[in-house]
Amino acid sequence: MAGTKTRRAKAPKESPFDMHGIAPELALDLLREMLRYRRFEEKAEEAYAIGKIGGFCHLHIGQEGVAAGAIKALRESDYVITAYRDHTEAIAKGVAPTAVMAELFGRTGGTSGGKGGSMHMFARSVRFMGGHGIVSGQVPLATGIAFRIKYKSEDDIVACFMGDAAVNQGGFHEALNMAAIWELPVIFVVENNHYGMGTAFRRVSLTDMVERSSPYAIPASKVNGQDVLATYAHFRDLAAEVRNGGGPRFVDVETYRFRGHSMSDPVSGTYRPKEEVEQHTHFDDPIAILRDHLFEAGSLDQDGLEAMDAEAREEAQEAFEFADASPVPGPEALYEHVWADVDGNGRLRFDGREEAPWR
Amino acid sequence: MAVMTYRDALNAALREEMARDPDVFLMGEEVAEYDGAYKVSKGLLAEFGDHRVVDSPISELGFGGLCVGAAMAGLRPVVEFMTFNFAFLALDQVINSAAKLLYMSNGQFPIPIVFRGPTGAALQLSAQHSQACETYYVHAPGVKVVTPATPADAKGLLKAAIRDNDPVAFMEGELLYNFKGEVPEDDDFVIPLGVADLKHEGDDVTIVTHGKMVHVALQAANKLSTEGIGADVVDLRSIRPLDVDAILRSVQKTNRAVYLEEGWAYVGVGAQIVATIQEEAFDYLDAPVLRVTQADVPMPYAKNLEMMAKPSADRVVEACNKVLYREAR
Repeated sequence: MAGTKTRRAKAPKESPFDMHGIAPELALDLLREMLRYRRFEEKAEEAYAIGKIGGFCHLHIGQEGVAAGAIKALRESDYVITAYRDHTEAIAKGVAPTAVMAELFGRTGGTSGGKGGSMHMFARSVRFMGGHGIVSGQVPLATGIAFRIKYKSEDDIVACFMGDAAVNQGGFHEALNMAAIWELPVIFVVENNHYGMGTAFRRVSLTDMVERSSPYAIPASKVNGQDVLATYAHFRDLAAEVRNGGGPRFVDVETYRFRGHSMSDPVSGTYRPKEEVEQHTHFDDPIAILRDHLFEAGSLDQDGLEAMDAEAREEAQEAFEFADASPVPGPEALYEHVWADVDGNGRLRFDGREEAPWR
Repeated sequence: MAVMTYRDALNAALREEMARDPDVFLMGEEVAEYDGAYKVSKGLLAEFGDHRVVDSPISELGFGGLCVGAAMAGLRPVVEFMTFNFAFLALDQVINSAAKLLYMSNGQFPIPIVFRGPTGAALQLSAQHSQACETYYVHAPGVKVVTPATPADAKGLLKAAIRDNDPVAFMEGELLYNFKGEVPEDDDFVIPLGVADLKHEGDDVTIVTHGKMVHVALQAANKLSTEGIGADVVDLRSIRPLDVDAILRSVQKTNRAVYLEEGWAYVGVGAQIVATIQEEAFDYLDAPVLRVTQADVPMPYAKNLEMMAKPSADRVVEACNKVLYREAR
């Protein structure tokens, strides 16, 4: 967890910090964003522990640099689609934290009115195309969104996020092939936290992640997702290439998950030792890394950091309170939005509850 | 009216809808340069260009999912599966994405998409190429399932399916592509989904069926009429939405019903129809509702075994005689 009080020891390998041409103001914005995501997820963790959130809940803690660095480098009209670790990517794309938290609580104020839950945040208005629960299911969908952009001769792009495990699914390969042959405007982003649930990527792949798009002739690159400035600069460049008709790109974003796979899973154990997790939380926290460099550069001081963090905590608390006060869906919501077109011809529902099932 | 084949009726529906709405496009294996594996898309590449008639790689999961994504983003894809036998690979995207996105997003993402292609057996293609796939699609709330039996229905229903804002599995019959019939030429000839069609009338027994089996039911009805027995043949045309009223109207008149389908009996479409009839017209029934289906085996290759496995008009006549408690002549 990123602290605001004490400064962490620097990783021994550290070389002079590269701002990647990013102005201090933008760097501060990115730090503010990551703090918002961190405090939001911590609040969700707390809410889960007291039973406000049910089901699966996959936290993004440790991976904030990916959401902030990649998504903030896009235009507002670009599309983002992701898998089930989707809370902070929704927030990064512009979804209100109140709506994300209310969705986690299963309330009407949620992004999906409480019918999607943790894994299924959606916000058409800001082109956040969801939260998808089947590993790699979103990859063909992203390719289809990119197909639409090209079909309509628009200049938006799609950022398709996935975990490292997604690259072993057939749909990933089929989608990359089609994106390549039709030169579609999509960036395939692997949030490579090195574990698909509890299975280390090295145990299920003999090739390096960055090789995975080479059969389809999609240019690949690699960036350190814990360095949000590097990530931002990289995505800014990639977005320009893709927007200018360069076809798809594949990025291996190196990151690390500080929590268990989901709230029901252990942080460490047989699949990854405690020491490894500690090493990463100590040296690879994207928030601490940027914080320290902004301190060193004189762009931020302790008071400034604490003010920024207080805002983030307040926002998370407001999200909690909004969600807690938001009503649960009424019984009439049960059958809403199964069908877009119901014209009265024929019967669509067959559960023996045709007449006012909730009464 | 024009006399045309089922294939040409589908082609006309595609052409008219693509001309009407620039957001409609066709994607699938061999749909463009090859003019379609069954020539349903003949001439469309020349007319609309490779922008809108798109040859896909053999990647059912991939292009099925791609088209669902395109629909999420506002286009109206028509996906051609060379046959529904191959579409099992895409079923994840049909069920987990297309059928659920509207609900999971609380109405934000309608998925106006048509998945079309032939279902059911042709002749001696053996087990992997001869199966009726309706049940897999109709099971999930969120997918409509349409099964035209005639050229006119093929045209009117495909146009309705393309205009519909829900995912539609549009299941054709390979052996029907050359079948000829009268088809209205009107550009606005649309048959609403969920309206069954009484393809033959009689007072003594009801045969309910869908798709290609309509023709088997009609053979049986004709045979029965030579024996003085009148059969209603209720062609469902769509399995979801289901025209329950049309089924009940006929059963209330005849008091006896047989369901005929090309697929397997076990948890098949007929199981739903029988359940619905007994739930809603039990007091009208004078006999148990029987089903005529494929034998409960994978389709064999040998011609004689294949004949044995498929439902036939003789079996339908036999089932009708049973529900009429009548000795066959």
